[in-house]
Amino acid sequence: MSTIAPERGVPAPRVLVTKPRRSDQFFRVVVTLGGLTSLLILGLILIFLAYRGVEVIRMEGFALITSSDWSVVEDESGNVVSQSYGLAAMLVGTILSASIAIAIGVPIAVLSALFLEFYAGKKIRGFLVSLVDLMAAFPSILFGLWGFLVMMPSAEYWAKLLNKYFGWIPIFDVPAPVFTRSPFIAGVVLAIMIIPICTSISREVFSQTPLDRIQAAYALGATRLSMIRAVVIPFGRSGVVGGAMLGLGRAMGETVAVYTVLNIVYQVNWQMLFGAGGNIASLILLKIGEADREETNALMAAGLVLFVLTLVINSLANLLVGRLGKTGR
Amino acid sequence: MDDNQNLGQEDSQSKPGEEKKEMKTSTTPRSLADVASNRSIKEPGTNPLGSGLEARGVHAWFGSKHALKDVTLDFAAGTVTSLIGPSGCGKSTFLRTLNRMHEFIPTAALAGEVLLGGKDIYASGTDVTKIRLRIGMVFQKPNPFPSMTIGQNVLSGLKLAQIKAPNTDDLLEECLERAGLWSEVKDRLNEHASALSGGQQQRLCIARSLAVRPEVLLMDEPCSALDPGSTFRIEETISHLAKTMTIVIVTHNMQQAARVSDYSAFLLSDGGPGELIESAPTSELFSRPRDKRTEDYVTGRFG
Repeated sequence: MSTIAPERGVPAPRVLVTKPRRSDQFFRVVVTLGGLTSLLILGLILIFLAYRGVEVIRMEGFALITSSDWSVVEDESGNVVSQSYGLAAMLVGTILSASIAIAIGVPIAVLSALFLEFYAGKKIRGFLVSLVDLMAAFPSILFGLWGFLVMMPSAEYWAKLLNKYFGWIPIFDVPAPVFTRSPFIAGVVLAIMIIPICTSISREVFSQTPLDRIQAAYALGATRLSMIRAVVIPFGRSGVVGGAMLGLGRAMGETVAVYTVLNIVYQVNWQMLFGAGGNIASLILLKIGEADREETNALMAAGLVLFVLTLVINSLANLLVGRLGKTGR
Repeated sequence: MDDNQNLGQEDSQSKPGEEKKEMKTSTTPRSLADVASNRSIKEPGTNPLGSGLEARGVHAWFGSKHALKDVTLDFAAGTVTSLIGPSGCGKSTFLRTLNRMHEFIPTAALAGEVLLGGKDIYASGTDVTKIRLRIGMVFQKPNPFPSMTIGQNVLSGLKLAQIKAPNTDDLLEECLERAGLWSEVKDRLNEHASALSGGQQQRLCIARSLAVRPEVLLMDEPCSALDPGSTFRIEETISHLAKTMTIVIVTHNMQQAARVSDYSAFLLSDGGPGELIESAPTSELFSRPRDKRTEDYVTGRFG
């Protein structure tokens, strides 16, 4: 009201108040409660992790994420002599295997989504779509077992091939010829795990492309490929990124599948074909059974680091989506 | 082009081999001897004005629903023809059969022929994308590509159809000029198309379809979402364009049909499939309709 200068003969703007109906007020309370519950649970988990982990964080400081030494040394009577908790190796392993998963999985997922939405015949399409949705709900231990028993032997061959011809690129180099249980193999298993969810979300977004824009492209003599490039991709871009982020979240937090195929070695390893690494989630799984209270706290701190990492990456993705979303919608 | 002169005179039973053809044909007498003598609006075929379009016994179905029945209609080169009729009479469906947009609806089926320059556009082995390059279309709702700038929108057809154009700047100006939009957007070609008003967006869509140099332009109620001022400008644009191409326009607005078109065709559905009731030079169809139903419609007694 204050921004509008009073003018002779012109009334001041009225303050508009609406009184919602009883049913609306009630539903508002229900919805608010529902929304707050999920936030509350998430917040409590965060507080719990921070509470248990704070001691270790204080003790280790930045060494928690920069050092890669994770050891608890005890004497004969079971007293802890020295302890050191460094996550650098696991952090690198997490990011590396998740990045490989995204790099392999997302392009395949986008192509599958385009096929399902624009090329697949009507009958086969319904079948395939439900199959993809079913795969998204597949237990990850089965992916892990399959990766261990079936894929690892053959992926080793591909890893060797990659190393042979692209070894001059640093990330394809290896310090020693150990090709099994490498971040590369973990990444491939993760890629296969995230393909269904990425496909499902990308397809959903592509199917929302406004029909009038598709028709406009076709009416201009577009082929299916050029129509997809000019209309569907700009429209679906932000959704594809969103789907990739969900996949990335799953890949970074994946425990069992990675635990099955990846060696946990406390050594920073950027070379994806070399059999060393691990990720934070599988470290927690490995250690939780035998950990004393102190080490459990350290694992909570590790959980907190994973939580923050996921949060940071998701925020970056949101920023990216916001920027992409402006055009093409 | 002599064929095009005989507007609607084609005997619709001349194709007995048609698959889904029904035996009963349109009963409306369409002896057009008087039409020919009356035609002074625009003599078609006298100059290279794109190509004429001829629909021969066109039927259309959506699933089991027979939507359009046996429409035979000629669109002479360089003329403007309006398709009028109440909602649901099949005029938009008919328009969409003319550049093969009909087949995008999954259950759609079709019988009959559409001849562009004497060749059936539905003949097997025809490249659909080439057909749509020659027969452009403007839709009811303005639908510029929001991810592209104004300039990119105009030239999008070249990109979509993978055509190389030597001097796109000239083409850009020419198309916008012909669509009557150049003076309004010449300083903002790099802005996004969504910054334009609805009427400007529709003229942008017209400019966009002109860039691939179609011989025929189909317009599906291009002004129905626009205010009178924008409508007026688009009608002006249509009159300019008709000097160089063949235009078919679907409209609900009979004043508009009277203002912009040389010929008019009236379609009607009595609950069943839509049929062509009458086609004639516009002035004649509005002043001396031969069919009672046409008269009722154009005088506003129904529809």
